[in-house]
Amino acid sequence: MAEQDNNNTSDVSYLAFEEKVAVLDGQMSELRRLSSIKGIDYSAEIRRLQREQVAELKRIYSNLSAWQTVQVARHPKRPLFCDYLKLMVKDFREMHGDRCFGDDRAIITGLGHIGREKVMVVGQNKGRGLKEKIECNFGCADPEGYRKALAKMKFAEKYNIPIVTLIDTPGAHPGIGAEERGQAQAIAVNLMEMSRLRVPIVCVVIGEGGSGGALGIGVGDQFSMLEFSYYSVISPEGCAAILWRDGSQAEQAAKALKLTSKDLSKLGLVDDVVAEPLGGAHRNIHDTVYNVEKYIVKTLRELKRIKLDDLLEKRYKKLRSIGQKSISSSHAKHTKTKIKSTINAIPAKSGSVKTIKSLKV
Amino acid sequence: MVREAKSKWNGFSLKPRKEMPDGLWMKCSNCEHMLYRSAVEKNLDVCPECNQHFRIDANKRIKYLADEGSFQEIFDDLTTSDPLDFKFRGTSYKERARVDEKKRGSTEAIKIGKAFIKGRAVVLAVMDPNFLMGSMGAVVGEKFCIAVDKAMEEKLPFIAVSCSGGARMHEGVISLGQMAKTSAALAKYDENGGLFISILADPTTGGVTASFAMLGDCIIAEPGALIAFAGPRTIAQTIKVELPEGFQTAEFLLEHGFIDMIVDRKNMRSEIARLIDYCKK
Repeated sequence: MAEQDNNNTSDVSYLAFEEKVAVLDGQMSELRRLSSIKGIDYSAEIRRLQREQVAELKRIYSNLSAWQTVQVARHPKRPLFCDYLKLMVKDFREMHGDRCFGDDRAIITGLGHIGREKVMVVGQNKGRGLKEKIECNFGCADPEGYRKALAKMKFAEKYNIPIVTLIDTPGAHPGIGAEERGQAQAIAVNLMEMSRLRVPIVCVVIGEGGSGGALGIGVGDQFSMLEFSYYSVISPEGCAAILWRDGSQAEQAAKALKLTSKDLSKLGLVDDVVAEPLGGAHRNIHDTVYNVEKYIVKTLRELKRIKLDDLLEKRYKKLRSIGQKSISSSHAKHTKTKIKSTINAIPAKSGSVKTIKSLKV
Repeated sequence: MVREAKSKWNGFSLKPRKEMPDGLWMKCSNCEHMLYRSAVEKNLDVCPECNQHFRIDANKRIKYLADEGSFQEIFDDLTTSDPLDFKFRGTSYKERARVDEKKRGSTEAIKIGKAFIKGRAVVLAVMDPNFLMGSMGAVVGEKFCIAVDKAMEEKLPFIAVSCSGGARMHEGVISLGQMAKTSAALAKYDENGGLFISILADPTTGGVTASFAMLGDCIIAEPGALIAFAGPRTIAQTIKVELPEGFQTAEFLLEHGFIDMIVDRKNMRSEIARLIDYCKK
């Protein structure tokens, strides 16, 4: 089906802001139809329209707003994890089950090769078509999904196989069963364990990076995003419902949340941004997957060169520094020096209440 | 300056009589009994009639938990610099923070420091639901990690009281990152053999539950506390199903095996002290 999408642009469903692109596509197919019926050569005209369309796409996609980015990230034709599995991972052996409760289809795990690298692939699958979507719960994983992911990652750690996680979820599943089985606990344990797994971990957001559900398999040495994917603490709709008290203000919320790859890399929260082909990933699945593959292979090679202890120290430092720049202290200019000096100022042992009282911190 | 007229008798003032304060009486949110506020406060902000544990701010929590006067706060001066320049509905994140600071007197949603609980030295981190619903932003995450580091350095038990609405939306992905950050700090602490007792108060939800709150070596909850990943309203809206009675309460979590025990506020001190003694090496 990927092949179909590649050339048959009329298959693409257009987003609201792509109106002009749609019109041009309509004109071109009309000309093609006419030329085949009447035998008149319209190829020059079609080429002109094509050039116009490319320019238009360039214009739109170089200047996407946050809300438009969210729409592209949710595009029904956007390549999903199953596409990456098919096109990027060779000799994939899926490994099922969390050994506890069940096999969550929203998170798929297994061994395979990316390029020449042996890897454990962990990815969130949204599913294509209604049946598959329901099976995958629209990419919203339950606790057993996160526990399965951790179990397989631990397995990879044992045999020194690097981990690649592909993130694409609107968020962890908010349901009665999920709460009963400890959604929060499952994610929390994943965060803790992933921060100290003794193998390189590469995370790529390929579509939606929805809150804790994304983070649950998104702690690693290198965190990157596809150009038009998004990564946010809450869905724009949810944020609008709470802060604007009106879910329809999602557009403004998206803007305020700074959830695009451009904004996040500016804030230093994303290590790399992987480019998408012209007009977004859904217009050329092969190129998108190829870019991601190239990126993963390159990154894994770099990470493998680093000694494990250094890698873990680096990972810890990276996690520990999140948000430190956005803290200001009224007493000292540099929070960091302040933190150090204060820790040193308190003696290691204070025997009684009195000694601690007499201390001036 | 206005000079006050004083009567000739000592101890008698011509100042207008103090009005009856508004909050002399209160209604229990659970059993709807009218309660005398000072009696409730004497009972550690727990309803004497139905044992409903009311929400309390960090200062009160520390007062009820630590030995009197033993809490020594550190890093009380850290504030956020609004990294996203977050604006909404004609107001901004900074403004909202300032309003809460003025109204409630807290500058961030967590207080950390060293304290003693029944004579046992601990590092204490207490969240404050009165500052932006106790949400976790960069400052909360950072202070939490400092507290963990401190406990690790001095080989003290670490006690954290969670009371939070989750990650702070106003800081976007930075606040999401705090989940990973605090969990990573706890992983280090765990490797060093430190004892972490996590206390869950009403409410503990979202990103806080899905990170440090659920990572305690021992997890204690207050009776009736709401403990959830997705809040009940979110779930009801998403799946459009009526939620079962007592869903996501401390008792519900105990039944499903996610917390160690439920402890009344008045017994919390002795229970923590006992745990610390048990875990002494």
